[in-house]
Amino acid sequence: MPAQPQRPAPGGPDEVRKALADVSYLADEGLSTVVYLALRLRRPLLLEGEAGVGKTELAKALARWSGGELLRIQCYEGIDAAQAVYEWDYSRQLLHVRTAEARAQASGGAVPDSLEDELYTERFLVRRPVLAAITAPATGPAPVLLVDEVDRADDEFEAFLLEMLSDYAVTVPELGTFRAAVPPIVVITSNRTRDLHDALKRRCLYHWVEHPGFEQEARIVALRAPEAGIVLAREVASAVERIRQLGLYKPPGVAESIDWARSIAALGRTSLDEQAVALTLGAVVKYHEDAELIRANGMAGLAAAAARQRPASE
Amino acid sequence: MPEATTGSAAPERLAVAFAHVLRESGIGVSPDATVTFAQALAAVGLGSRPGVYWAGRATLVNRREDVVAYDRAFSAFWLDRRAVQAATATRQVAAVSDDGERPADGPPTGTPDGERVLTVRYSRREVLRTKDFAAYTAAELAETQALMASISLRGASRRSRRRRRGRPADRWPDLRRSLRRGLADGGELVLRERLRRSERPRRVVLLCDVSGSMDVYARALLRFLHVAVAGRAGVEAFTIGTRLTRITRELRRPDPDTALARAALAVTDWSGGTRLGSELREFNTRWGAPGMARGAVVVILSDGWDRGEPDLLAREMRRLSLMAHKVIWVNPLKAAPGYAPLARGMAAALPYVDDFLEGHSVASLQALAEVVAGSPGTAELSRLPISG
Repeated sequence: MPAQPQRPAPGGPDEVRKALADVSYLADEGLSTVVYLALRLRRPLLLEGEAGVGKTELAKALARWSGGELLRIQCYEGIDAAQAVYEWDYSRQLLHVRTAEARAQASGGAVPDSLEDELYTERFLVRRPVLAAITAPATGPAPVLLVDEVDRADDEFEAFLLEMLSDYAVTVPELGTFRAAVPPIVVITSNRTRDLHDALKRRCLYHWVEHPGFEQEARIVALRAPEAGIVLAREVASAVERIRQLGLYKPPGVAESIDWARSIAALGRTSLDEQAVALTLGAVVKYHEDAELIRANGMAGLAAAAARQRPASE
Repeated sequence: MPEATTGSAAPERLAVAFAHVLRESGIGVSPDATVTFAQALAAVGLGSRPGVYWAGRATLVNRREDVVAYDRAFSAFWLDRRAVQAATATRQVAAVSDDGERPADGPPTGTPDGERVLTVRYSRREVLRTKDFAAYTAAELAETQALMASISLRGASRRSRRRRRGRPADRWPDLRRSLRRGLADGGELVLRERLRRSERPRRVVLLCDVSGSMDVYARALLRFLHVAVAGRAGVEAFTIGTRLTRITRELRRPDPDTALARAALAVTDWSGGTRLGSELREFNTRWGAPGMARGAVVVILSDGWDRGEPDLLAREMRRLSLMAHKVIWVNPLKAAPGYAPLARGMAAALPYVDDFLEGHSVASLQALAEVVAGSPGTAELSRLPISG
């Protein structure tokens, strides 16, 4: 059997959960099971959910677990296959042509016929994430291909993605076909701003990532912002839970909770009082109107409610 | 944790049977999904109930909305193999009667617009085109489908980041094509090929009020919604009543009757009251802000009669206007003689509306289509500066 990049090979969902926790990602039972199946069945993983619930983070955690590189495609409206797969380094090619011409002129000879062949060699090939994932070296850890926010891309890109996920092969006309010996680990995320095509969804294992509950969020904040301490982590989680019910333009996600805890800890504070909230509000809300709403609703109330979380029940 | 009551049944047979149950519950399951599910079952083993649950959810469900039906089917199938009827629950349509505010001037009844123009050779089709929806008979409502089908909601174009082949005078040099052509010519390399931005039509979002006061218009406007959604890609449709319901998927069928029947099943708050502000907030938070409203043309079809707080509506309209390319308000009552936007909701929302249009007849919907496409229509109001 030919050598392949080493993928994580967990025995079951519980192993996945433990391995992810070891790289600072707390996954619930559902997500652990889906990740286990994705690795075992060698299928891409499609994660849908609101912003800030940890979809992109999971891909990063998988890369830390496998020890391989995270190859990231950030989708945007109008992204085409070239940005995802490969491109020729045109500027260098042009430079090469000009140099050859100048050299020929100086020596009084002619431009060699082999010039065109020289231009289309690996030397001038820019490998973008998909090609890099497919041609990952056989010895070494498996990379993780992350297609982030695929709902921002358009139908043509989805069609290309579907084709690529079917046979994991890329054809560069001048060089030949590159094929992956083993399908790479693929994670696709979407913020659900539009429906993705059924064909793409069928190709993947699907999971809707929910906001974590209070206990889980407190644990996540404590794990990712250890400088804050468990008490502050719980207070922050409680305050954020209340903030989410206020009807903000942009309710904070888990990422904002972590940032908030880090900000408060960076100021040398260990608890969430009214002044701490006032100073660090920008870490958790990013709209002027939202900040006004929180101030109007009474930051004292937030702090008091958070304080009711002490002492933490471990 | 109850053991799976599977006896000696093979995973494949169970997978097929469960997929069948899911299809009965209305979740579309393709054959290759069933195969994947069987593989997943083999991987997690049948002994663990959470394992089986998540294996099914990852492979057979690919929309968040289907999770509820999946849960029901799962309980019925795996815990009690006999009672599978629970999986096919009947939908409850709640009819909330609204005996509250009816507008003082009332929707125009009686005189169809066609009577104003006294032309002997006025065709029937033309009469129908300008007739107020409130005065339609059932037969005319069905007939109007053909008229509506001719309205195309093209939507204004926006420049896309995609580049495509352009003319020599365009801005960006196309290195790839220039290089290939230069080499083919065997020598002189001139950057002749150019690129230009391609255009794509803007997304259009339609929010239709289906509350009691809009009842007579909603029937006709829903047909318009169907024509819009089925006509081109990138159109989203929602209904607003006591709740916000997305009906884009249901309407995306070529046959109008099927589409409207499916939409009617999905919407459970027909003819109730309206809470425009809170429903708009839900739209903004769940769909609009994450990206659906960005750079889009948003059309609100409502008479503005609202039970909620005007302040909330104003706030959410402001938020929407900051994200959308254009906000259009279509009011069926506007064409009534003597109409003035006095209703609290309407007055609160107007400062944030780019175009305030009539919406009582096919002709007015054609005018709407023109405004959406961005051709010069009369902009009724300019955005007022926000104070306070």
